[in-house]
Parts: sequence; C-alpha cells; structure tokens
Amino acid sequence: MTASATSMSSRRRDAVRSAEPTQIHRRRKRRSPLRAVLYLFQAAAVAVFVIPIYWLFSSAVKPDSDIYTYPLQWIPTSLHLENFLEAWRVAPFGRFFMNSIITTGVGTALEITLALLSAYAFAMVRFRWKTPVLLLIIGSMMLPGHVTLLVNYITIGNLGWLNTYQGLILPSIGSAFAMFLIYQQMRMLPKDVIDAARIDGAGHVRRLVSVVLPMSRAMIVTATLITMTSKWNDFIWPLISTSTTEMRTLPIGLLFLQDQEGGGDWGAVMAGAVTVVAPMLILFFIAQKRIVGGLAGAVKG
Amino acid sequence: MSTVDLSSPPKVRRSGQWREPLLFVLLVLPNVAVIVIFAYYPAIYNFILSFSNWDFLTPRPEWVGLRNYINVFNSQQFYGVLWNTIIFVGVALVATLVGGLAIGTLLSQRLRFSGFTRTMAFAPHMLPGAAVGILWLFMFDPRYGLSRWLFSLVGLDSPQWTTTSDWSIWAITIAYAWQRLGFVAIIYYSAIQELPTEVLEAAKMDGATGLRLARSVALPLLSPVTFFLIITGIVSSAQAFDIIATLTNGGPGTSSSTLTWMVYREAFIDFDVGRSATTATVLFLLLAGVTLIQARTTGKKVHYS
Repeated sequence: MTASATSMSSRRRDAVRSAEPTQIHRRRKRRSPLRAVLYLFQAAAVAVFVIPIYWLFSSAVKPDSDIYTYPLQWIPTSLHLENFLEAWRVAPFGRFFMNSIITTGVGTALEITLALLSAYAFAMVRFRWKTPVLLLIIGSMMLPGHVTLLVNYITIGNLGWLNTYQGLILPSIGSAFAMFLIYQQMRMLPKDVIDAARIDGAGHVRRLVSVVLPMSRAMIVTATLITMTSKWNDFIWPLISTSTTEMRTLPIGLLFLQDQEGGGDWGAVMAGAVTVVAPMLILFFIAQKRIVGGLAGAVKG
Repeated sequence: MSTVDLSSPPKVRRSGQWREPLLFVLLVLPNVAVIVIFAYYPAIYNFILSFSNWDFLTPRPEWVGLRNYINVFNSQQFYGVLWNTIIFVGVALVATLVGGLAIGTLLSQRLRFSGFTRTMAFAPHMLPGAAVGILWLFMFDPRYGLSRWLFSLVGLDSPQWTTTSDWSIWAITIAYAWQRLGFVAIIYYSAIQELPTEVLEAAKMDGATGLRLARSVALPLLSPVTFFLIITGIVSSAQAFDIIATLTNGGPGTSSSTLTWMVYREAFIDFDVGRSATTATVLFLLLAGVTLIQARTTGKKVHYS
C-alpha cells in the first residue's frame, strides 16, 4: 500500500513540476511546420476511426437508392428511418433487446456482488491462506475461453439449462478481473478509518456497507461498467447455449438478421447494427473517463 | 492488529479465532465455486475429452488414447489453420503495436482536438465484435462498399474480400486490428503521460533529442506496457471469434479459419467432441508456450522504473 501511495503522490508532484517547461515549449512550437504535419497525422488517425463508424450510422438511415449506387453517396439524400422498422420486422429485435438487458443486468449484478464479497474478504478479513486463494481466482484469467467452452456446454446441457436465462448468465458470473480492480482499491483505503469503525463496535457487515463500499465507490462503478460491456458484447456463449430465436441476445440477433436478409438489404442490416451498438456507445460517451481509466490503470496494476 | 483482541475477554477471543477464517471462507466461497465449476473443471475435463471420441449423443465418450492428437498432427488442414492463426495474430499484433504507439505518441503532443481523437479511437473497442464484423462486411462489399471507392483511387477494382480464399484472412485481420488499434493507442498514451519527467529532462539536458530520445529513453521505459500489450494481444486475438463468425464463417473452405474457429466448428458443426477438445488443448499449449517464451526473453529486457 505504501509503495503505491508514494508513487501516486510523486506522480502528482511531477505533473506540477513539468507544467512550466511544457508551457514554454508549447508557445514556441505552436506555429512550426512540424505542428502542421502532426495535425495532418491526427486528421488521418481520426479518419481511420470515424469513417467506419460514420459509414455504419449513415447507412442505417440511407434509402436504398443511396446505398446501391456508385459513386458512393456519402451523405444520405433523405432520412430513411424505415430501415429500423424493416430490421425490427425481419428479426425480433425487441425480444433480443430484452434478453440482452436481462442477461447483462442480472449477470453484472451477480458478478459484482461476488466480486465485492471476495474483494472485502481479501482486503479486510484475516485468513492465513489468502495468497493461494487469490492465485486460484486470478489464475482463472489465464484460461482462454475456448478451453472451457465445450465442457460448459455439456454441463449446462446436463442441467437442462440450454435456452434459459440461468444457462446464459451463470457460467460467466465468477469474477476475477472486476474482483481484482475492486480489491486493489479496497486495499488502499486508509486503515485508521476502518479501525475507528471497528473500535466503535461496527461488525464486518456494518464496516462493509457503511465504510468500505462508499469509500471504494469509484472503482466499483468502473468495474461495473467494464463488466457490463463485456457481457453485452459476448458472442460465443449465447451462440452455443441458445438455439431458439426467443432466447438469442442482440449480437446473435444481428447474425440472424444478416442471414435473413442474405446481404440483400444493407440499410436494414446497418440499422440492426446501430441498435446493437448504440447502448454501448452512449454508455461509453457518458462514462469514458471511468472506463478508460479503469482499463489503463489495470495495465499498471 | 492484535490490540483489539487484547481488550476482549479470553473466551470471546478463542471463538474469534475461527470466526474470521470462517467469515473469509463464506465471503469467498460463492466466487471460488463458480470459478472452479465453470473455469477450472471444464479446462481439465476438456483435456481429458481430448483422449476420447464422442458426438454428444452416445451415452458416454469412447476412449481412444492419443488418436486425436495423431490425427491432428497428420492433417494438412491443421497446418493450414495454424498458419492462418499465425498470420492473423502476428499481423494484427504488429499493426496494432506500431500504429498504436504512433497514435499514442501523437495524442500526447497536446494538439487541439486530441480529446476528441482519444474518444473516437477508443470507441471501436467498446463495440460488440459482431457489429464490427457486420460493419466491415459492408465496407468490404466490392460493389457498394467503401472498399470499391478506396481501390478506385488507385485505379483498381476492389478485391472480393470475404468470398475468395486469397483475401478472406486479410479481411478478418483488418477488421480485428481496426477494433484493437485505438485500445493499444490509448494504453500507450496513458503510459506516455506517466513517463518519469526527471529521466526525460535529464536525457534532454544531456543533449538527446527527437528520435534518439524516443528510441533510447522513452521506448525502454515503455517496455513493461509493450510487454503487457504483446501478451494480451496474442491471447485475445487468438480467441477472436465474433468477427470471423460475421465476416467469413472461417471460409471459403478453411481459408480464414483460425484454431479458435476450428474448436467451435469441430464441436458444434461437425459434432466431433474429441477433435475439438484436442484442437483446444493444442491452442492452449501454444498460447502458454508463447507467453512463457515472451516472459523469459522480454522479461529480462523489461525496465521497471
């Protein structure tokens, strides 16, 4: 704990110290031709990321006459929202949406609950063999999904849970990454505050609920967002653990739509893709600092 | 730690001795149970199944010893798929590392709009691979896709990206690299932000500038991050599935099938459980081997500041 605390404060000092010289550099460099070249590179980088995403959104609202034409029609001549009606008519997107919300919502709630309990135990409860248990949990991240796929399918099948929500949700609620993020945060909480609560007679439940949870809220939110994203985007498990159209989630629904259209109606397929993508993009634009910070921070951890 | 215990009467202290470990076990048990049941047990049982022949239907697997392994290593197809995997993983890795470092450096130049660039760079990483695959399927469309326009700029016809065996592997590689590029760039960007300024200033004081500063000072300091990105890049691209499923279905033939795709296909399309378990085991061992070699060789060169 002490090591990371000092490195954090020294980082902050660096930021303060470096502020002045960079200001000078900035003023001097601003008009140089190098700067112009850098801006050109930046424009190219933006184009690489933005053009495909623009292509997705613009095609979703283009009438067929704008899509099946060459030279390309970059800007839709009219707003053709019927693509969405077509997508939702061909594939039951309402149902897919509901399934995605249920599996993501319930799955995330369960995983984060397990993560919180474990993280609290590792950070705050005395136990002699903590390290091996921690290694057992963290080590599961080393197991790639493809070695567990087949047997999980057999297990869920034997339980009669194929095409059920519990079958979709349960295999992935074990928490290693989110648990580790939250544990790292809880470990850094000031010991005196928690000791004070204990001396005041607060038991573990009280300490968890009214001291530790509120103090680690930031990291819990980050872990929740990252967990939600990966569950929403999950593809291979819902693909194999469900076979009925009613139990498919949005990413599989997109594949279903594409099959139905057979590449025949790009407008509708892109509208379906926008339906799948939009919730994640909105979430990202709202909470990008937390998500990016959490993922980048985990690299250093 | 023990001061509180001293204030309690001896009787309570003795019961408290097992109360904490019990509480620990109760708190950790649900998580550990799920992980054991749905990660460790399946990984081990998958290994056992690789010595069997089974189609999901007959009551129990038939044990065949090493036959699956012999079949795998004697099949021409396996080596083709292995080569595809190496191309896919290798090209995506190099492209995202080089491109990501360049963009990450660019982002730390305090240009205007760099906040916007960061946001747009990271956005693809948030999207479901299925949607990314479908989007690129349209972009690759040789008649109405962006690809036709791009190739027409240099006077060429667009290749038939997803329907010919010469191009399909490049289609999935490009789409995958596009999705990961911004993530790598942002990781490099945040690592560059945290480079120790003392060291950089000292090097500048000694007369190091531009490329020399980047190559001899900044790059070595970034090596832990590069190491992390190589390992996670290999592991996650070797497991890429949704982009392949939506773009090419591993085809035509097996021209864009990677080992992970074969694990899926052998089990859930060909119903050859033993073969799928064998391919999964081989892929797992390959990944473990690459990670170990990486840790050995790069580990020595990594500079932790």
